[in-house]
Amino acid sequence: MRELLELLEHDARRPVSEIAPMLGKSEYEVEQDIRRLEKDKVILSYNTLINWEKFGDNTVTAIIEVNLMPQREVGFDAIAERIYRFDEVRTVYLMSGSFDLLVIIEGKSLQEVANFVATRLSTIDGVTQTRSHFMLKAYKKDGIVINDEERDRRLVVTP
Amino acid sequence: MKTDIDFSKRLSPAVQSIAPSGIRKFFDIAAKMEDVISLGVGEPDFVTPWPIRESCVYGLEQGYTSYTANRGLPELREEICKHYAECYDTHYDAATDVLVTVGVSEALDLAMRALLAPGDEVLIPEPCYVSYQACTILAGGVPVAVPAKIENEFRITPEELEEHVTEKTKVLLIGYPNNPTGAIMTRKDLLAVAEFAKKHDLIVISDEIYGDLTYGGEPHVAFSSLPGMQERTLLLNGFSKAYAMTGWRIGYALGVPAIIAAMTKIHQYTMLCAPITAQMAAIEALRHGEKYMKKMVAEYDRRRRLIYEGLTKMGLKCFEPKGAFYIFPDITSTGYTDEEFAETLLESEHVALVPGSAFGACGKGHVRCSYATSIDKIAEALTRIEHFIKNHKK
Repeated sequence: MRELLELLEHDARRPVSEIAPMLGKSEYEVEQDIRRLEKDKVILSYNTLINWEKFGDNTVTAIIEVNLMPQREVGFDAIAERIYRFDEVRTVYLMSGSFDLLVIIEGKSLQEVANFVATRLSTIDGVTQTRSHFMLKAYKKDGIVINDEERDRRLVVTP
Repeated sequence: MKTDIDFSKRLSPAVQSIAPSGIRKFFDIAAKMEDVISLGVGEPDFVTPWPIRESCVYGLEQGYTSYTANRGLPELREEICKHYAECYDTHYDAATDVLVTVGVSEALDLAMRALLAPGDEVLIPEPCYVSYQACTILAGGVPVAVPAKIENEFRITPEELEEHVTEKTKVLLIGYPNNPTGAIMTRKDLLAVAEFAKKHDLIVISDEIYGDLTYGGEPHVAFSSLPGMQERTLLLNGFSKAYAMTGWRIGYALGVPAIIAAMTKIHQYTMLCAPITAQMAAIEALRHGEKYMKKMVAEYDRRRRLIYEGLTKMGLKCFEPKGAFYIFPDITSTGYTDEEFAETLLESEHVALVPGSAFGACGKGHVRCSYATSIDKIAEALTRIEHFIKNHKK
């Protein structure tokens, strides 16, 4: 099952007719496995990693360190939920160290992101401090090198 | 350059007697094509794992640019011995039993030159790697082909070897997992060959460059790990295939001190030593490269199953390869010879593969497909081959 997940994680569009022989299973078995993994929420979704910059979009990404005042009973979870419900928020992690939440926000402009942090994020009850870092350049994302120049340099036929 | 001198009389007769590699012609045609998918490449499509490349860069920065000991860096020889002790429980002395060479190709050449006297015969199971015969001839020996059979999954048996052994036989040269067939020999198969070698008092050169690439649970058996065989075996291995390091040119030979010393003598006058940068990288490969290697092997295995199923489904007879990264289908059902098949396929579908006869007479009627290429390309190549077979039945 791990091998199936690894294959899909690498390329979710790979057809079952290709996956089945690779795993030594029938197409039906693989389809059943995938359905079960989806149902169990082991597979959460099938996303596409897009180089938006290349497409012509100039989105702004900010990585924000957030300090919180933990609440009785629910700790950080309730505030984290209030934050991750916003569509602008792409990623939220609870962290060890000098801050509590790492929040990644995407917006159309610097202004938009700054506005979101000032009016939405920092005003949430329990948020005590925010520090924003704007991303300048992405080199690698989710295991994929953004501008990968490596190509097949082998000769066409060798013994 | 133009010349009036007749060089046919001046070039060595041994060199002139060797036929040029049968692969050359296809290379020339394929190299000119734009959208060719090549299943003809005998090396990994992966680049060397980054930590190994990085260690070489570090070595250069630190000024490791000198010669090394003729036999190779002591640390590398020790890592090699440790590897064989751990994986095969076979114990070699790093000081006397190891020689680091410029690829297995050099090791094989040295072995032949160190062992053969004029007229000595070398038993070579075929199909096999293209340099076995040539190295034998260049060293003054006589290659004796022993055809392996597809019915027996291209493994070699003592009975087949017995048919070709003579008074003059000195060496048995085997290469499993096999290029071009993907065949492997089980422990039981090898024990029978070991018995044969003992009976006829032969030296066994065992080219185990694909030893780390086996599939389906049957583990690789180092020939020298068989009872009583270590003193009789010259084991050749390297880093090219398992660690995707073909261009680094690092191989090694493991054997008794007398043979290793003889090989070292030639090596010190002809090569001096293997490049230090590549030796540094090889140390890193043995120390920290295993997980990258295992990942590549798992990927080859998936490709192997895909290509085996694909070729079988389109009606080509082939046996399921268990090692290396080649599959060797029988294409006689198409009505073509292997050369015609490879040539016509390349011209009409732009898929390059290698005719089986390049690997010995008994490879006739087969083609070698390498699955050391991406899944997408394999899938596309299978589609093209199927299209070709449907439209080109002779």
